[in-house]
Amino acid sequence: MKRSNKPIFWSLFGAGGMLSALIGPMLIFITGIAVPTGLMSRETMGYERMLALARNGFGKLAIFTLITLFLFHGLHRMYHSLHDLGVHVGPGLKGAFHGFAALGGLAAALLLILGF
Amino acid sequence: MKTYMRPMTGWWKRNPFYLWYMLREASCVVITLYALIMLVGLARLAEGEVRYEDWLERLSRPWAVAFHVLAFVLVAYHSWTWFRIMPKTLPRIPIPDAAIVAAGVGAIGVCSALLWWVT
Amino acid sequence: MRTIAIECLRFNPESDREPRWQDYSVPFTDDMSVLQGLQYIKDHLDGSLTFRWSCRMAICGSCGAMLNGVPRLGCEHFLRDYFPGPLRIEPLNHFPIVRDLAIDQSDFLKKLEAVKPYLIGEPPAKGTHRQTPRQMDEYYQYSQCINCLLCYAACPQYGLNDKFTGPAALALLHRYNADSRDKGKSERMEVVNAEDGVWGCTLVGYCSEVCPKGVDPARAVNQNKIESTKDYFFRFLKR
Repeated sequence: MKRSNKPIFWSLFGAGGMLSALIGPMLIFITGIAVPTGLMSRETMGYERMLALARNGFGKLAIFTLITLFLFHGLHRMYHSLHDLGVHVGPGLKGAFHGFAALGGLAAALLLILGF
Repeated sequence: MKTYMRPMTGWWKRNPFYLWYMLREASCVVITLYALIMLVGLARLAEGEVRYEDWLERLSRPWAVAFHVLAFVLVAYHSWTWFRIMPKTLPRIPIPDAAIVAAGVGAIGVCSALLWWVT
Repeated sequence: MRTIAIECLRFNPESDREPRWQDYSVPFTDDMSVLQGLQYIKDHLDGSLTFRWSCRMAICGSCGAMLNGVPRLGCEHFLRDYFPGPLRIEPLNHFPIVRDLAIDQSDFLKKLEAVKPYLIGEPPAKGTHRQTPRQMDEYYQYSQCINCLLCYAACPQYGLNDKFTGPAALALLHRYNADSRDKGKSERMEVVNAEDGVWGCTLVGYCSEVCPKGVDPARAVNQNKIESTKDYFFRFLKR
């Protein structure tokens, strides 16, 4: 029986799952509900403040980790859900889903390194 | 030996247990979309104040807030099920399952409070 | 005496192209199990109804069936709880139907063989193995499996892909790996690490929900995901 490569993807999925489980709800609440509706001051996500975050070393790491791990978690699970729904999935789709996550992570990294 | 194999189509609709499982799995769609929204936001931030403010303004639109409400519900369910399931993935340790779940939920609370406090 | 409506899925391979439902009216007393209901049908209403059973006490694992869509042992569930019905009885999901409620378990038996469900390694030179209660505790729950296949009927991943090793086989694999007397863990890793080994599981968790003996196969499988991951990343450090 061929050894599966699943451990790599599962580890990324797990890390993303843990991160999204711990901070996902509150983060979505703040950025998607509280600030846009005025429940929280618009300044929380103000331009200068966010710029400072993206310029900061730790801030860069945090943003990169967030985007990359969320993407890997979400897309890995989506790939498996397609299988659950009866869609025939193979190495092509597997590459596409995880590749997209990797591209997203790469885009985030490039933006953080070159853009700020 | 002649046998009959029943089809699997619509299997997840046949039992409430499976429906809850699919709901848990569905959270992945909103997590992905949320990450992409953040990625776009990052790009807008790099482009400058005008473009960033535009992105922020779009986030306040009704459909955007509605999406985030849905996302919040699904991701909260993901959080809950993540820690409910976690004891099964851990090697045998002298800590009861219920304690692990409680610790996990506690961690969610702590992280949420911290996040609220720093923003 | 009350009467319950029972609907059985029938399939005769010699005459039927596909399964069909048949209705029965079964008089019952509160102490009668679903299995006894089936036996009443066979003894008094329709001798052609085919189903497996043996011990009548949830230890042989023979009488598994879908009761209103849930995999259950007929001997430990009672007609009074399904009254007035209709109680729909079907063969265990995800297995080929041989006849009526009897399914073809040969795929499971192949999977069982593949996990080497026996102690591997030389017995002690003198005397017998010694094991502390603590050591037995490590694998005891997984040794309670009666091979009833309710977990396979519960597992949608097995239903979608019958190459998946499946809950009971993997639980038994873990039972032997966790047994202090066993030395065969490395021999079983190939099954663990395969795409259809532990990685076929998405932790739906229904298997553990339906298990009549508290084996918790979901736990057995998912503990081995960490083992498999460790094996994957640290294999180059071995020898």
